[in-house]
Amino acid sequence: MLTAQWLYALTGCVVMALGLRAALLHPSLLRRVLAINIMGTGVFMLLVAVAYRGPDLAPDPVPHALVLTGIVVAVSATALALALARRLAREHADD
Amino acid sequence: MSPLSLTLFDILLLVSIVVLAWTALTSADERRSVILFMAFGLVVALAWGRLLAPDVALAEAAIGAGLSGALLLAALRELPSAVTASGDGRRSHALRHYATQGTVSVLSVALAGMLAWILTAHFEGPARDELARAVTSHLELSGVSNPVTAVLLNFRGYDTLLELAVLLAAVLGILTLGPGRAAYRPSGPIFDALTRWLTPLLLVTAGYLLWVGAHAPGGAFQAGATLAAAGIVLRLAGSEWIGLPRDGAVLRLVMAAGVGVFLVVGVSLLVLGRPFLGYPPAWAGALILLIESAATLAIAATLVLAFIGGRLPTEADRKGDAVTAPAAGAGANPDPSDDGEPRPC
Repeated sequence: MLTAQWLYALTGCVVMALGLRAALLHPSLLRRVLAINIMGTGVFMLLVAVAYRGPDLAPDPVPHALVLTGIVVAVSATALALALARRLAREHADD
Repeated sequence: MSPLSLTLFDILLLVSIVVLAWTALTSADERRSVILFMAFGLVVALAWGRLLAPDVALAEAAIGAGLSGALLLAALRELPSAVTASGDGRRSHALRHYATQGTVSVLSVALAGMLAWILTAHFEGPARDELARAVTSHLELSGVSNPVTAVLLNFRGYDTLLELAVLLAAVLGILTLGPGRAAYRPSGPIFDALTRWLTPLLLVTAGYLLWVGAHAPGGAFQAGATLAAAGIVLRLAGSEWIGLPRDGAVLRLVMAAGVGVFLVVGVSLLVLGRPFLGYPPAWAGALILLIESAATLAIAATLVLAFIGGRLPTEADRKGDAVTAPAAGAGANPDPSDDGEPRPC
Protein backbone atom coordinates (compact mmCIF):
# COMPACT_ATOMS: atom_id res chain seq x y z
CA MET A 1 0.00 0.00 0.00
CA LEU A 2 1.73 3.05 -1.33
CA THR A 3 0.04 6.11 0.11
CA ALA A 4 1.54 9.56 0.24
CA GLN A 5 1.36 9.39 4.04
CA TRP A 6 3.61 6.35 4.01
CA LEU A 7 6.00 8.11 1.62
CA TYR A 8 6.20 11.13 3.96
CA ALA A 9 7.05 8.80 6.85
CA LEU A 10 9.60 6.99 4.70
CA THR A 11 11.23 10.33 3.77
CA GLY A 12 11.47 11.03 7.51
CA CYS A 13 13.39 7.74 7.94
CA VAL A 14 15.75 8.57 5.06
CA VAL A 15 16.45 12.10 6.38
CA MET A 16 17.06 10.69 9.86
CA ALA A 17 19.57 8.16 8.54
CA LEU A 18 21.38 10.82 6.47
CA GLY A 19 21.64 13.06 9.54
CA LEU A 20 22.80 10.26 11.82
CA ARG A 21 25.52 9.18 9.40
CA ALA A 22 26.86 12.74 9.00
CA ALA A 23 26.67 13.44 12.75
CA LEU A 24 28.88 10.42 13.43
CA LEU A 25 31.34 10.85 10.55
CA HIS A 26 31.83 14.55 9.90
CA PRO A 27 34.97 16.02 11.48
CA SER A 28 33.69 19.62 11.73
CA LEU A 29 31.80 20.47 14.95
CA LEU A 30 29.45 22.94 13.26
CA ARG A 31 28.53 20.35 10.63
CA ARG A 32 27.83 17.81 13.38
CA VAL A 33 25.41 20.17 15.13
CA LEU A 34 23.71 20.79 11.78
CA ALA A 35 23.53 17.04 11.11
CA ILE A 36 21.92 16.36 14.50
CA ASN A 37 19.30 19.02 13.67
CA ILE A 38 18.57 17.35 10.32
CA MET A 39 18.33 13.99 12.05
CA GLY A 40 15.82 15.43 14.54
CA THR A 41 13.77 16.92 11.72
CA GLY A 42 13.60 13.45 10.14
CA VAL A 43 12.17 12.04 13.39
CA PHE A 44 9.68 14.94 13.62
CA MET A 45 8.60 14.29 10.04
CA LEU A 46 7.94 10.65 10.88
CA LEU A 47 5.79 11.65 13.89
CA VAL A 48 3.81 14.24 11.90
CA ALA A 49 3.16 11.65 9.16
CA VAL A 50 1.93 9.14 11.76
CA ALA A 51 -0.38 11.79 13.28
CA TYR A 52 -2.17 12.35 9.95
CA ARG A 53 -5.63 10.73 9.93
CA GLY A 54 -6.96 11.53 6.48
CA PRO A 55 -8.41 14.70 4.97
CA ASP A 56 -11.73 14.44 6.84
CA LEU A 57 -10.49 13.80 10.38
CA ALA A 58 -8.41 16.30 12.38
CA PRO A 59 -4.88 14.92 12.88
CA ASP A 60 -3.89 13.39 16.23
CA PRO A 61 -2.78 16.41 18.37
CA VAL A 62 -0.59 14.36 20.75
CA PRO A 63 2.29 13.70 18.29
CA HIS A 64 1.97 17.35 17.18
CA ALA A 65 2.51 18.51 20.76
CA LEU A 66 5.47 16.11 21.05
CA VAL A 67 7.04 17.56 17.91
CA LEU A 68 6.52 21.16 19.09
CA THR A 69 8.27 20.27 22.36
CA GLY A 70 10.98 18.53 20.38
CA ILE A 71 11.63 21.55 18.15
CA VAL A 72 12.13 23.82 21.17
CA VAL A 73 14.38 21.30 22.93
CA ALA A 74 16.38 20.91 19.69
CA VAL A 75 17.00 24.65 19.40
CA SER A 76 18.10 24.87 23.08
CA ALA A 77 20.49 21.97 22.58
CA THR A 78 21.81 23.59 19.38
CA ALA A 79 22.37 26.89 21.16
CA LEU A 80 24.22 25.23 24.05
CA ALA A 81 26.33 23.09 21.68
CA LEU A 82 27.33 26.13 19.61
CA ALA A 83 28.21 28.13 22.74
CA LEU A 84 30.42 25.22 23.89
CA ALA A 85 32.05 25.01 20.45
CA ARG A 86 32.67 28.76 20.50
CA ARG A 87 34.34 28.50 23.90
CA LEU A 88 36.42 25.60 22.58
CA ALA A 89 37.53 27.70 19.59
CA ARG A 90 38.56 30.51 21.98
CA GLU A 91 40.61 28.08 24.09
CA HIS A 92 42.32 26.80 20.93
CA ALA A 93 43.04 30.37 19.82
CA ASP A 94 44.78 31.05 23.15
CA ASP A 95 47.25 28.20 22.68
CA MET B 1 -6.69 5.29 7.80
CA SER B 2 -7.70 6.96 4.56
CA PRO B 3 -4.81 7.54 2.18
CA LEU B 4 -3.55 10.98 1.29
CA SER B 5 -3.68 10.99 -2.49
CA LEU B 6 -0.27 11.35 -4.06
CA THR B 7 0.16 14.40 -6.25
CA LEU B 8 3.01 15.82 -8.25
CA PHE B 9 3.36 18.47 -5.51
CA ASP B 10 3.98 15.80 -2.85
CA ILE B 11 6.60 14.09 -4.99
CA LEU B 12 8.38 17.39 -5.66
CA LEU B 13 8.31 18.23 -1.92
CA LEU B 14 9.68 14.86 -0.85
CA VAL B 15 12.42 14.83 -3.47
CA SER B 16 13.51 18.37 -2.56
CA ILE B 17 13.55 17.48 1.15
CA VAL B 18 15.91 14.55 0.60
CA VAL B 19 18.09 16.45 -1.88
CA LEU B 20 18.34 19.53 0.37
CA ALA B 21 19.23 17.37 3.40
CA TRP B 22 21.87 15.53 1.37
CA THR B 23 23.46 18.68 -0.10
CA ALA B 24 23.37 20.50 3.27
CA LEU B 25 25.28 17.59 4.80
CA THR B 26 27.81 17.09 2.01
CA SER B 27 28.46 20.58 0.61
CA ALA B 28 32.13 21.48 0.91
CA ASP B 29 31.38 25.09 1.93
CA GLU B 30 29.99 25.43 5.47
CA ARG B 31 28.20 28.70 4.76
CA ARG B 32 26.37 27.13 1.83
CA SER B 33 25.62 24.17 4.04
CA VAL B 34 23.90 26.36 6.68
CA ILE B 35 21.85 28.22 4.08
CA LEU B 36 20.76 24.92 2.50
CA PHE B 37 19.77 23.78 5.99
CA MET B 38 17.50 26.82 6.37
CA ALA B 39 15.93 26.09 2.97
CA PHE B 40 15.48 22.50 4.09
CA GLY B 41 13.58 23.69 7.20
CA LEU B 42 11.25 25.85 5.12
CA VAL B 43 10.46 23.03 2.67
CA VAL B 44 9.84 20.67 5.60
CA ALA B 45 7.43 23.26 7.05
CA LEU B 46 5.54 23.16 3.72
CA ALA B 47 5.36 19.37 3.94
CA TRP B 48 3.89 19.62 7.44
CA GLY B 49 1.31 22.09 6.22
CA ARG B 50 0.39 19.45 3.65
CA LEU B 51 -0.03 16.91 6.48
CA LEU B 52 -2.50 19.28 8.23
CA ALA B 53 -0.03 20.23 11.00
CA PRO B 54 -0.01 24.06 10.79
CA ASP B 55 1.09 24.54 14.44
CA VAL B 56 4.16 22.41 13.88
CA ALA B 57 4.83 23.97 10.47
CA LEU B 58 4.82 27.47 12.00
CA ALA B 59 7.21 26.38 14.75
CA GLU B 60 9.54 24.68 12.28
CA ALA B 61 9.64 27.72 10.00
CA ALA B 62 10.26 30.14 12.89
CA ILE B 63 12.49 28.04 15.16
CA GLY B 64 13.85 25.09 13.17
CA ALA B 65 14.71 27.00 10.02
CA GLY B 66 14.88 30.63 11.22
CA LEU B 67 16.45 30.68 14.67
CA SER B 68 18.61 27.56 14.36
CA GLY B 69 19.84 28.94 11.04
CA ALA B 70 20.61 32.32 12.62
CA LEU B 71 22.49 30.60 15.47
CA LEU B 72 24.52 28.51 13.00
CA LEU B 73 25.29 31.51 10.78
CA ALA B 74 26.47 33.54 13.78
CA ALA B 75 28.67 30.63 14.90
CA LEU B 76 30.07 30.22 11.39
CA ARG B 77 32.25 33.32 11.69
CA GLU B 78 33.95 32.14 14.85
CA LEU B 79 34.25 28.44 14.23
CA PRO B 80 36.91 27.73 11.63
CA SER B 81 36.39 24.25 10.22
CA ALA B 82 39.66 23.44 11.96
CA VAL B 83 37.69 23.12 15.21
CA THR B 84 36.89 19.46 14.90
CA ALA B 85 35.45 16.84 17.16
CA SER B 86 38.44 14.49 17.09
CA GLY B 87 42.09 14.98 17.80
CA ASP B 88 45.01 14.45 15.42
CA GLY B 89 45.99 11.20 13.85
CA ARG B 90 42.51 10.23 12.78
CA ARG B 91 43.41 10.26 9.13
CA SER B 92 46.62 8.30 9.67
CA HIS B 93 45.06 4.94 8.87
CA ALA B 94 43.19 5.25 5.59
CA LEU B 95 41.95 1.68 5.89
CA ARG B 96 40.50 2.26 9.35
CA HIS B 97 38.92 5.49 8.13
CA TYR B 98 37.10 3.72 5.31
CA ALA B 99 36.09 0.86 7.59
CA THR B 100 34.49 3.33 10.04
CA GLN B 101 32.70 5.13 7.23
CA GLY B 102 31.41 1.89 5.78
CA THR B 103 30.20 0.54 9.13
CA VAL B 104 28.41 3.76 10.10
CA SER B 105 26.76 4.00 6.68
CA VAL B 106 25.56 0.39 6.78
CA LEU B 107 24.21 0.78 10.33
CA SER B 108 22.39 4.04 9.44
CA VAL B 109 20.75 2.39 6.43
CA ALA B 110 19.82 -0.61 8.58
CA LEU B 111 18.22 1.67 11.19
CA ALA B 112 16.22 3.51 8.52
CA GLY B 113 15.13 0.21 7.01
CA MET B 114 14.00 -1.12 10.37
CA LEU B 115 12.00 2.05 11.07
CA ALA B 116 10.40 1.88 7.61
CA TRP B 117 9.43 -1.74 8.25
CA ILE B 118 7.83 -0.87 11.60
CA LEU B 119 5.99 2.06 9.99
CA THR B 120 4.66 -0.13 7.20
CA ALA B 121 3.26 -2.53 9.78
CA HIS B 122 1.77 0.43 11.64
CA PHE B 123 0.04 1.86 8.57
CA GLU B 124 -1.31 -1.55 7.51
CA GLY B 125 -2.75 -2.33 10.92
CA PRO B 126 -5.97 -0.89 12.36
CA ALA B 127 -5.94 2.85 13.14
CA ARG B 128 -4.72 3.52 16.70
CA ASP B 129 -6.30 6.80 17.71
CA GLU B 130 -7.46 6.31 21.32
CA LEU B 131 -5.43 9.34 22.43
CA ALA B 132 -6.77 11.55 19.65
CA ARG B 133 -10.34 10.59 20.56
CA ALA B 134 -9.67 11.18 24.26
CA VAL B 135 -8.40 14.69 23.45
CA THR B 136 -11.41 15.46 21.23
CA SER B 137 -13.93 14.29 23.82
CA HIS B 138 -12.36 16.35 26.64
CA LEU B 139 -11.50 19.40 24.56
CA GLU B 140 -14.29 21.58 25.96
CA LEU B 141 -12.95 21.08 29.51
CA SER B 142 -9.49 22.34 28.52
CA GLY B 143 -10.34 26.05 28.28
CA VAL B 144 -9.06 26.35 24.68
CA SER B 145 -10.35 25.04 21.37
CA ASN B 146 -7.03 24.40 19.59
CA PRO B 147 -6.34 20.72 20.40
CA VAL B 148 -2.54 21.15 20.19
CA THR B 149 -2.60 23.99 22.75
CA ALA B 150 -4.93 21.90 24.91
CA VAL B 151 -2.45 19.00 24.93
CA LEU B 152 0.59 21.25 25.47
CA LEU B 153 -0.74 23.47 28.26
CA ASN B 154 -3.45 21.37 29.87
CA PHE B 155 -3.53 17.61 29.29
CA ARG B 156 0.26 17.25 29.12
CA GLY B 157 1.21 20.36 31.08
CA TYR B 158 3.99 18.44 32.86
CA ASP B 159 5.85 17.96 29.58
CA THR B 160 5.72 21.64 28.73
CA LEU B 161 6.83 22.61 32.25
CA LEU B 162 9.85 20.33 31.92
CA GLU B 163 10.51 21.63 28.40
CA LEU B 164 10.69 25.18 29.76
CA ALA B 165 13.06 23.85 32.43
CA VAL B 166 15.28 22.40 29.65
CA LEU B 167 15.27 25.80 27.94
CA LEU B 168 16.24 27.50 31.22
CA ALA B 169 19.01 24.95 31.85
CA ALA B 170 20.39 25.54 28.33
CA VAL B 171 20.49 29.32 28.73
CA LEU B 172 22.13 29.01 32.16
CA GLY B 173 24.76 26.81 30.54
CA ILE B 174 25.33 29.41 27.82
CA LEU B 175 25.63 32.24 30.35
CA THR B 176 28.32 30.40 32.32
CA LEU B 177 30.50 29.98 29.21
CA GLY B 178 31.66 33.59 29.23
CA PRO B 179 30.80 36.87 27.58
CA GLY B 180 28.74 36.93 24.42
CA ARG B 181 29.62 38.54 21.13
CA ALA B 182 30.08 42.29 21.11
CA ALA B 183 27.41 44.29 19.30
CA TYR B 184 27.72 44.52 15.54
CA ARG B 185 28.58 47.83 13.88
CA PRO B 186 25.52 50.12 13.55
CA SER B 187 23.80 49.45 10.26
CA GLY B 188 23.38 51.87 7.38
CA PRO B 189 20.25 53.93 6.69
CA ILE B 190 18.58 51.32 4.47
CA PHE B 191 18.70 48.49 7.00
CA ASP B 192 17.76 50.99 9.72
CA ALA B 193 14.60 51.94 7.85
CA LEU B 194 13.77 48.25 7.43
CA THR B 195 14.33 47.68 11.16
CA ARG B 196 11.95 50.48 12.05
CA TRP B 197 9.22 48.73 10.04
CA LEU B 198 10.08 45.14 10.83
CA THR B 199 10.44 45.35 14.62
CA PRO B 200 6.96 46.68 15.44
CA LEU B 201 5.49 44.28 12.89
CA LEU B 202 7.21 41.33 14.59
CA LEU B 203 6.07 42.50 18.04
CA VAL B 204 2.44 42.73 16.89
CA THR B 205 2.70 39.34 15.15
CA ALA B 206 4.07 37.77 18.35
CA GLY B 207 1.17 39.18 20.38
CA TYR B 208 -1.30 37.94 17.78
CA LEU B 209 0.21 34.42 17.69
CA LEU B 210 0.09 34.24 21.49
CA TRP B 211 -3.58 35.27 21.61
CA VAL B 212 -4.78 33.24 18.63
CA GLY B 213 -3.11 30.04 19.92
CA ALA B 214 -6.18 29.35 22.07
CA HIS B 215 -8.38 28.54 19.08
CA ALA B 216 -6.20 28.45 15.94
CA PRO B 217 -2.60 27.54 14.99
CA GLY B 218 -0.18 29.56 17.13
CA GLY B 219 0.83 29.64 20.78
CA ALA B 220 3.63 30.47 23.17
CA PHE B 221 6.46 28.83 21.21
CA GLN B 222 5.66 30.44 17.89
CA ALA B 223 5.07 33.80 19.63
CA GLY B 224 8.31 33.53 21.62
CA ALA B 225 10.27 32.71 18.46
CA THR B 226 8.75 35.71 16.64
CA LEU B 227 9.60 38.00 19.56
CA ALA B 228 13.15 36.62 19.53
CA ALA B 229 13.32 37.31 15.79
CA ALA B 230 12.57 40.98 16.57
CA GLY B 231 15.50 40.95 19.02
CA ILE B 232 17.80 39.37 16.42
CA VAL B 233 16.82 41.97 13.80
CA LEU B 234 17.68 44.75 16.29
CA ARG B 235 20.93 42.98 17.12
CA LEU B 236 21.86 42.83 13.42
CA ALA B 237 21.11 46.55 13.17
CA GLY B 238 23.85 47.12 15.75
CA SER B 239 21.78 47.55 18.90
CA GLU B 240 23.49 46.16 21.97
CA TRP B 241 20.64 45.85 24.46
CA ILE B 242 17.91 44.85 21.99
CA GLY B 243 15.19 45.67 24.48
CA LEU B 244 16.39 43.21 27.14
CA PRO B 245 16.14 44.59 30.68
CA ARG B 246 19.41 46.32 31.64
CA ASP B 247 19.05 45.22 35.22
CA GLY B 248 20.56 41.74 35.60
CA ALA B 249 18.06 40.78 38.30
CA VAL B 250 15.10 41.71 36.07
CA LEU B 251 16.61 39.78 33.17
CA ARG B 252 17.02 36.69 35.32
CA LEU B 253 13.42 37.07 36.44
CA VAL B 254 12.24 37.17 32.81
CA MET B 255 14.33 34.11 31.95
CA ALA B 256 12.82 32.15 34.82
CA ALA B 257 9.27 33.48 34.25
CA GLY B 258 8.12 30.53 32.12
CA VAL B 259 9.00 27.86 34.67
CA GLY B 260 8.16 30.18 37.59
CA VAL B 261 4.59 31.10 36.60
CA PHE B 262 3.90 27.50 35.60
CA LEU B 263 5.07 26.25 39.03
CA VAL B 264 3.21 28.98 40.95
CA VAL B 265 -0.03 28.08 39.16
CA GLY B 266 0.54 24.36 39.73
CA VAL B 267 1.35 24.71 43.42
CA SER B 268 -1.51 27.19 44.04
CA LEU B 269 -3.91 24.61 42.61
CA LEU B 270 -2.41 21.99 44.96
CA VAL B 271 -3.04 24.33 47.91
CA LEU B 272 -6.63 24.80 46.74
CA GLY B 273 -7.08 21.03 46.83
CA ARG B 274 -6.90 20.30 43.12
CA PRO B 275 -4.30 18.08 41.41
CA PHE B 276 -1.00 19.70 40.33
CA LEU B 277 -1.77 21.68 37.14
CA GLY B 278 -5.38 20.39 37.25
CA TYR B 279 -7.07 23.65 36.24
CA PRO B 280 -10.74 24.13 37.14
CA PRO B 281 -12.50 24.21 33.71
CA ALA B 282 -13.97 27.67 34.34
CA TRP B 283 -10.50 29.15 34.90
CA ALA B 284 -8.53 27.04 32.45
CA GLY B 285 -8.58 29.52 29.57
CA ALA B 286 -7.31 32.43 31.68
CA LEU B 287 -4.65 30.33 33.43
CA ILE B 288 -3.37 28.97 30.10
CA LEU B 289 -3.11 32.51 28.69
CA LEU B 290 -1.23 33.64 31.84
CA ILE B 291 1.25 30.75 31.61
CA GLU B 292 1.66 31.22 27.87
CA SER B 293 2.37 34.96 28.23
CA ALA B 294 5.13 34.29 30.77
CA ALA B 295 6.49 31.45 28.64
CA THR B 296 6.58 33.69 25.55
CA LEU B 297 8.74 36.27 27.35
CA ALA B 298 11.03 33.59 28.77
CA ILE B 299 11.43 31.82 25.41
CA ALA B 300 12.17 35.10 23.61
CA ALA B 301 14.76 36.20 26.20
CA THR B 302 16.39 32.76 26.12
CA LEU B 303 16.62 32.61 22.33
CA VAL B 304 18.01 36.14 22.06
CA LEU B 305 20.65 35.39 24.71
CA ALA B 306 21.48 32.22 22.78
CA PHE B 307 22.03 34.35 19.67
CA ILE B 308 24.33 36.69 21.63
CA GLY B 309 26.10 33.52 22.73
CA GLY B 310 26.80 34.36 26.37
CA ARG B 311 26.17 36.97 29.01
CA LEU B 312 25.94 40.54 27.76
CA PRO B 313 29.51 41.82 27.52
CA THR B 314 30.52 44.05 30.42
CA GLU B 315 32.94 46.98 30.39
CA ALA B 316 35.79 44.72 31.53
CA ASP B 317 35.18 42.22 28.70
CA ARG B 318 35.41 44.97 26.15
CA LYS B 319 38.87 45.92 27.36
CA GLY B 320 39.97 42.38 26.53
CA ASP B 321 40.06 41.60 30.23
CA ALA B 322 37.69 38.65 30.04
CA VAL B 323 39.54 36.52 32.58
CA THR B 324 39.20 38.90 35.47
CA ALA B 325 35.68 40.03 34.60
CA PRO B 326 33.32 39.60 37.54
CA ALA B 327 31.31 36.43 37.13
CA ALA B 328 28.08 38.33 37.52
CA GLY B 329 24.93 37.29 35.71
CA ALA B 330 23.92 38.57 32.31
CA GLY B 331 24.04 42.30 32.08
CA ALA B 332 24.71 42.88 35.78
CA ASN B 333 26.62 46.03 34.94
CA PRO B 334 24.59 48.57 33.02
CA ASP B 335 26.64 49.78 30.13
CA PRO B 336 27.10 53.55 30.11
CA SER B 337 28.86 53.62 26.74
CA ASP B 338 25.76 52.78 24.71
CA ASP B 339 25.43 56.23 23.28
CA GLY B 340 24.37 55.25 19.77
CA GLU B 341 21.29 56.82 18.28
CA PRO B 342 18.06 55.62 19.86
CA ARG B 343 16.69 52.40 18.48
CA PRO B 344 13.04 51.63 18.02
CA CYS B 345 12.74 49.31 20.97
